[in-house]
Order: sequence, then C-alpha cells, then structure tokens
Amino acid sequence: MPEGILCNKTPIKTDEQLKLTLSDSRGTKYYAEMLELEVDSDALWALIQKTMKSRTKTWFEICAHCGLCANSCFLYQVNGRIPQQVPSYKIQSTLGEIVKKKGKVTNEFMRHCMDVAWSQCTCCNRCGMYCPHGIDMGVMFGYLRGLLYSQGFVPWELKIGSGMHRVYRAQMDVTTEDWVETCEWMAEETEEEWPGLEIPVDKQNADIMYTCNAREPKHYPEDVAEAAILFHVAGENWTVPSEGWEQTSLSMFAGDWECCKDNVQNVYDAIERLNPKRATGTECGHAHRATVIEGPYWTGRPDGLPPVPYIHYVEWLAEALRTGKLKIDPAKRIKEPVTLQDSCNYVRNQGLKDVTREIISYIVEPGYFVEMSPTKEHNYCCGGGGGFNGIGMYREQRNVALRTKMNQIIDTGCKLVIAPCHNCWDAIRDLEEEYEIGIRWSFLKPLIIGMLDVPEHMLPKDEE
Amino acid sequence: MYDFLTGPMLWLTFAVSFGGLLVRIVLYIKGLDQQLDRVAYRAHMGYGLKGAFNSIISFLNPVGARLWRIRPGFTLMFFVFHIGIVVTPIFLIAHNVMLQENLGISLPALPTCVADILTWAAVVAGLLLTLRRVAFPEVRILTTGYDYLMMVITLAPFVTGLLARYGIGDYQFWLTAHIITGEIWLLSLPFTKLSHVVLFFMSRAQLGMDYGIKRGGMKGSSLSW
Repeated sequence: MPEGILCNKTPIKTDEQLKLTLSDSRGTKYYAEMLELEVDSDALWALIQKTMKSRTKTWFEICAHCGLCANSCFLYQVNGRIPQQVPSYKIQSTLGEIVKKKGKVTNEFMRHCMDVAWSQCTCCNRCGMYCPHGIDMGVMFGYLRGLLYSQGFVPWELKIGSGMHRVYRAQMDVTTEDWVETCEWMAEETEEEWPGLEIPVDKQNADIMYTCNAREPKHYPEDVAEAAILFHVAGENWTVPSEGWEQTSLSMFAGDWECCKDNVQNVYDAIERLNPKRATGTECGHAHRATVIEGPYWTGRPDGLPPVPYIHYVEWLAEALRTGKLKIDPAKRIKEPVTLQDSCNYVRNQGLKDVTREIISYIVEPGYFVEMSPTKEHNYCCGGGGGFNGIGMYREQRNVALRTKMNQIIDTGCKLVIAPCHNCWDAIRDLEEEYEIGIRWSFLKPLIIGMLDVPEHMLPKDEE
Repeated sequence: MYDFLTGPMLWLTFAVSFGGLLVRIVLYIKGLDQQLDRVAYRAHMGYGLKGAFNSIISFLNPVGARLWRIRPGFTLMFFVFHIGIVVTPIFLIAHNVMLQENLGISLPALPTCVADILTWAAVVAGLLLTLRRVAFPEVRILTTGYDYLMMVITLAPFVTGLLARYGIGDYQFWLTAHIITGEIWLLSLPFTKLSHVVLFFMSRAQLGMDYGIKRGGMKGSSLSW
C-alpha cells in the first residue's frame, strides 16, 4: 500500500478528512497505515536539493564531532546521558543519513527519524549556543520535520493539528462565528464587574490589535476576558480581528511549511485590513515565534518584520506597568518565593528576558523572586516544547523530559511558578500532575488583575 | 626532490589551498538564502554584523562563551592545540628563512624555545583530544575513521618537524617527510572538514547574525553566548 486513507503524503484539507482522522482513536489505524507507507525517494531528494543551502550543508560538513553539544541538551541529561541523545548524533543519524543516501531510505528508517524528530528534540535551540561552530541542531530538526511531513511521517496529533489550521485557520475547530460570539459573550459577562468594558471586534485604526491562541476561546474564554480587563483598565484603544485572530502554528511543529505561510498571512491580512498602529499577542511562546519571528520570512517579507510592530504580551504588560497605565497596589504584591519560566520561543528566540524581569519587579515584593538555574537564554525547555506535550505516543518520553524543569523548580524552593507561555504552563501543570511536588503555576494576566490598583470610577457602583 | 617540494610544489600547494579556501567562502555566501535561513541579512546589516562580531569574538576568547567557562579542561586543550598549530608554522624561524629567500619578506620569528614549547603542547593536546574521543561515550558515538584521519593529517607535520628538529634518525628523511606532510595538510584544507579554518567564521557569523537580527539583537538585548 503506497499511501493510506489516513496516513498519507497529502495534508488534511477538508473538514471531512479532518473528522475522519480525528475519529481514529489514538491514531491506531493511522499508525498501522504508516507501517506500509511508501517513501518517495525522488521527491524527497528533490526537496532536499531545493531547500538545503549553505547553512545546513556546512553544518554537516564541519561538525567536529567534539560532543560538546551533549551537555547542552536537557534530553541528554535527563535520559541518563545515553550517547544516543547527543544532539549531533541525533541529527547526523537521521537527517544526515537521509542526505547521505540521497533520499533512498526505507519506511522503517523514516519512522525512526519521526521518533527522533518529535520525541528527542523540542527545537529549543539551546545546543546552538554551546557549539563552537555555531551549529543549531534545533534549526536542523525543524528542517527534518518538514521533510518527514512531506512524506507523511508525522505524529497523528500533529497531522490533525496542521489540518485544523488548514481547515479552520486555528489549531482547534473555532470558526469565525465561534470566536466573535466568544468575544461578545465574554464582554457581556465581564461588563457586569467592569462597567464600560468592551471587546471591540474589527475596529479600524486602533492603537493595538490583539491576537491569541485558539485554546483560549475554545477552553479558557476567561483568558480573553482577562486580556480585555487589562486593556480596559489601561485605557487602551484596542481591537480584535474577526479573521486572523489566531496566531499559533501547530503547522510549525508539524513541519507543514505551506500551512505555516497561510496562517501567518491570515494574521497579516487582518493587520492590513484594520490598520492598527501595533499588534500584540497573548502569553504564548510558539505563537509569537510563528507570527512575529519566523512568520515574516514564510510570507517573504524582505525586512523580516511583520507589517506593523508586533510585540509579545510581556512587552505590552511591562510597558503598561512602566508608563503607569496599569498600577499595582503595593499591598497586594506577591509575598512568597516565586520563580519565572523563561520560554525558549521568546527568550532564546527573541531576547525577551529583561522585560519579564521588569514585570517581576513591579509585582513581586523585593526579595521574593528566585531565579531558576540556569536562567534567561540559558534556561532549559519546559520539557513539552515543539509539540512534545500533545503527542500521545511519546507521552512516556515527555514525562521523563519534564523532570529537568521539575528539578529546576524544586531547587528554587518556590511553590509558585509564573509561566507566561501556554506550552510551558501546560508542561508545568502536567509535571505537577505527574510528580506532585506541590506547586502552583500561573499566567501573568490573572495575577496582575488580582493586584491592580483600580481607579475609583472604573469600579462597579454599589447597588444598594 | 627538496628543491621541487619547496619550489613549484609549494607554490602549487599554496595556490590550491588558499585559492580553495577563498572559493569555499564565496560559495558559502552565495548559498545564503534569507527566506530559507530566516535571517534578513541585507535589511539589517548593522545589527547582523554586530551579532556576527559578538559571536566570533566570544568563541575566539577562551573565557568569552559560557561553553568555554564551564569546560575549563577541554577549553585548555582546545586552545593550546589550535594556537600551536596556527601560530607555530607561520612564525617559525626556519619557515621565515624560506620566505626571506623566496620572496624577500619575513615575519617576526618566534624564539626557538617558544616554538618548541608550542609544538610540543599542540602535539600533546592533539593526542589528549584524540584520547577523549575514545574515552567518553558521548564523543565516541560521533567519532568516525575520518575524524582520526583528520587528526593524523594535522599532527603529522608537527611530529615529523619535531623529529627533524631533534635530529632523531635521518635528518634529510624527516625533513622531506615534514615538507610532504605539511603540503598534504595544506592541500586538505579546502577539501575536508579542515575547511573549518574559514567556515568556522562563516558559520559563527551566520548564527551571530541570526541572534543579532531576529533573536534578540533588535530588541536591544544581546544574548550572551
């Protein structure tokens, strides 16, 4: 069987195919079909020749095989330092072999590559900082994922994830109507407590256009409400687009390059349509990376920048606190040891390490903030990055991966972890579920709302 | 034989070696693709160059990068090895005499005892780096016969040079062997992994530009290596 009904080289493009793939519980049939999937060596080699340029070619050629990348990789450390987890080995024995054999590899080998690409690398890019030659294995694994996806060797959940983005332009089946309704519903509910609060949809020329992660309208609509409260209190002239509101990219994790471009173009189109002065996203790392850091290149923007300045939520928040748009009641500041999770996707990939600490300086009583070790750009991945969190067949490996973060948190002695990234937040929740170390974790929005010094006129009038 | 090896053959070696390395640099730059690499090289050249410089300098300095600071033993071996094999051949008095005879120019020459120490240190560091490949599982799994061959090609001119210098056995034999292995080493530069003599700078600069442009540089936050 060259291609299966569920497992094949064609991306999911219709709602029908999406539902069919989803109905295959845990991907049982999908993975069974994968055993028979034929590798199209000619297409694979043609794709490599077209897309593999100086950087990757040279990286393979000059890797000195010195092994210094080993310790930089948390997966190597946490998996008993087995040599098979050395980053250089992981990429040479997968992508390296495919290139050496000019794409003439077997089905079994491609499945092995899939295991390595999705369960032994979270594309956290830490190794790149520790290689004397500046070889970033995370970048190469991102590339390998693209090759594997083009041949249909991709975990079931990510095939569905990128299918969701193709069909709904969101990582979950949230339609435009669902999204707009959620905004209206949240505005109505929240307005009771915050008179005058609005969630303006498709407002032209606003100062800020807000975009989020589809999980928020789907599972935590209160997050949308919290964003609205903070914009309301800060007095921002803001809006959300009815189309192009979703900034995550499971297609980036899946290696579906075509879909990556389509998603981000959808957001940029919203910017062109509504003409905001700036845009900001929610507390999510990979969404920011996809829309702001990598997205401009996918859509072919020569300056590598989005159409308007596009900041991460932590940047907006730090600015609002700095300029006094949001004021913190000193009595309500955090007075317990608290630590901060640095998300790989906006710290190591965009340098946003100081603004998060600036936020901490406003909301934590001096002396209570404890850094993880290592920290900032040297911090470790939460353990669930790069799609690892969501893939059922690699759950066991993911749970092992969580231990690095668990130990880092335990070492701080803190019971509260601030995680301004959906994925890190999930990983930390999962590690508490799995290992029960007795911690709490939070996004910034609810914490800040709880400690705001709100002007009198914004509070609801007493109904006596 | 000696005249041929130090005459036409030497010039041919230099031409192939340095010309080849130049070609490698040109091909590297020609193979850059801003969309595939996801780095806007031209649009933000200033930020890019700053990042490239930061990246190169950090790794040329034994305490410049966190990598070097947390691995002092390796760092020492690595720098001793590289300084020995780069500095000694260029500034050795015997090589300078040849330059003087052929081109009428000469570089400042190293005192003999310094050159001796550097050469010995490079050879010992090279042997330790090789031993490390055998001793540590995380390096052993990566190491291939090719890596050992590279080490042999690199160390051979130094070992034969030492043998000739101390007059152990037949001086003429070791001198000829030294010249031949030296030329093999130079000829290998553009065609093997040894091309990292120039590609190290290209690769580091490229990752440095990536950091300098989109991974923090433009946010005013230079990431420390």
